[in-house]
Amino acid sequence: MSFKIASSPHQHIQKTTAQLMKLVAVAAVPGIAVQAYFFGYGVLIQLLLAIITALLCEAAVLALRGKKVKVKLLDHSALVTALLLAVAIPSYAPWWLVVIGTAFAIIVVKQLYGGLGNNLFNPAMAAYVLLLVSFPLPMTSWLPAAPLQQQSLGPADAVCTIFTNFSCSGYSISQLRQDADGISMATPLDTLKTDLSQGYTTEESMKKPVFGWLSGEGWFWVNLAYLAGGLFLLQQKVIQWRIPVAVLGSLFGFSFIAWLISPDTNASPLFQLFSGATMLAAFFIATDPVSASTTEKGRLVFGALIGGLAFVIRSYGGYPDAFAFAVMLANMTVPLIDYYTQPRTYGHKSKGAR
Amino acid sequence: MESKMNQYQELVRQGLWKNNPGLVQLLGLCPLLAVTNSLASALGLGLATMLVLLSTNTVVSLIRNYVPNEIRIPVFVMVIASVVTVIELLMHAFMYNLYQALGIFIPLIVTNCIVIGRAEAFASKNAVLPAAFDGLMMGTGFALVLCTLGAVREVIGSGTLFAGADLLLGDWAKVLTIHLYQADNQFLLAILPPGAFLVMGFLIAAKNAVDARIAAKAKPVEQKISRARVTHVST
Repeated sequence: MSFKIASSPHQHIQKTTAQLMKLVAVAAVPGIAVQAYFFGYGVLIQLLLAIITALLCEAAVLALRGKKVKVKLLDHSALVTALLLAVAIPSYAPWWLVVIGTAFAIIVVKQLYGGLGNNLFNPAMAAYVLLLVSFPLPMTSWLPAAPLQQQSLGPADAVCTIFTNFSCSGYSISQLRQDADGISMATPLDTLKTDLSQGYTTEESMKKPVFGWLSGEGWFWVNLAYLAGGLFLLQQKVIQWRIPVAVLGSLFGFSFIAWLISPDTNASPLFQLFSGATMLAAFFIATDPVSASTTEKGRLVFGALIGGLAFVIRSYGGYPDAFAFAVMLANMTVPLIDYYTQPRTYGHKSKGAR
Repeated sequence: MESKMNQYQELVRQGLWKNNPGLVQLLGLCPLLAVTNSLASALGLGLATMLVLLSTNTVVSLIRNYVPNEIRIPVFVMVIASVVTVIELLMHAFMYNLYQALGIFIPLIVTNCIVIGRAEAFASKNAVLPAAFDGLMMGTGFALVLCTLGAVREVIGSGTLFAGADLLLGDWAKVLTIHLYQADNQFLLAILPPGAFLVMGFLIAAKNAVDARIAAKAKPVEQKISRARVTHVST
């Protein structure tokens, strides 16, 4: 007779990877819905394209590597990667953008490093950085939120624009981005950055219609929806509080100090928290169980590093939003963070004590 | 005679494949990754490096019996630096456009580890002819890797092949440029440094895959050693 002896931890939540990933996907639904409402049905098509590409690539590489394709596909990790990338790129970006990005995320960043659990970098963010560095123009061509759009776009327009670069009535992306005066509108973060570099103060810049209420027309609601999804994930214990709190806290802290010192050249902390990809990054991207830190203290450090880097890159960097770069840079430091924050093993003394 | 031929064959194999400076020794990565954004500049730097290797190996081999062992490294470095200076001046005189395109990377050949590596590891211990041949083969191996990287990155990044060949070969070479496709959005990453690392990684992986396939084919039938198990194993 043999006893089954397993190593600690002896009690754990009996949730499989597939269940966790499904919960993440469910939690992203409100955010996606709000995004589709404000920024067009394009995001749904991008999602579809990304998921199809991700599953095809994952299946192909798994087959090449001689793994059990069906079992591994059904852990839904590729689905979540595809989802995160699809919501991160502009809704009406050309179709090949998301296809190249997803293929890179799955094949190079995830599978070449050894598949789920072995990737050093967050696949979705690495792919986003690849696309942003390679194709800066289409990657920053966000349409203004629906209330500000001059042409109303239906589902058919989304298909036309993504696959032919022109909407069904023949407008190009840059025409669709124009406001009533024929000036193309950028995202709130981008507009603020341009205005500040041209000598406007924050207050003057914020009067533009693209900012709407608090942090940008549409963007505030998108962030609020992802915040709600993130709180759902916390409640379900899919993620822990440390990383999101550290990310948001450090972003808030840094921007608060900067705002106190010079309110004319810095955005308010609330604007920072509710614009761009802040909530999506804090709750869905930085909490990736594979590429984030694994110790309790380490997670606080990791999150704080992301928030700080995001603030620095947003304020002084060349790109409008910063979370992809911040997450990738923080991913690199994870082995070091984990090394120095190892918890004390029961029965051993802590390193400093004698 | 037989063994001489074998020695040269071995040198070819080592330089071009088995001990390739770019793919296996991973030496000289700085120019390898920095200038390979187009086939023309890769070929230019590859040829320059090959010439340097050939000359330094020859000279080092010639003086190997007169250099005291204790100060051989400084002497080799002086030899390499003078050869590189000569080649740099020659390129300045006869290929000014390419000289400008390659910029700092021509003088930097001095610091390329392959050059001092081959001088120390091979040329200082062998006769002139094998040493010169080794330099030529190592240089060719390096140039081939440079050109492959350059070609792949140029095709992916800008959709052309051999653009700027006229810098290297004169005006007639403009006809050599092939336009493969015209894209509105260039795949910038392939031309930027990260693209070099990615393509390099794939090249090394491809070489290892080929080696593994050859090894699998050539594997002799292993004789199985049968042994009696004396300890009990519970399952």
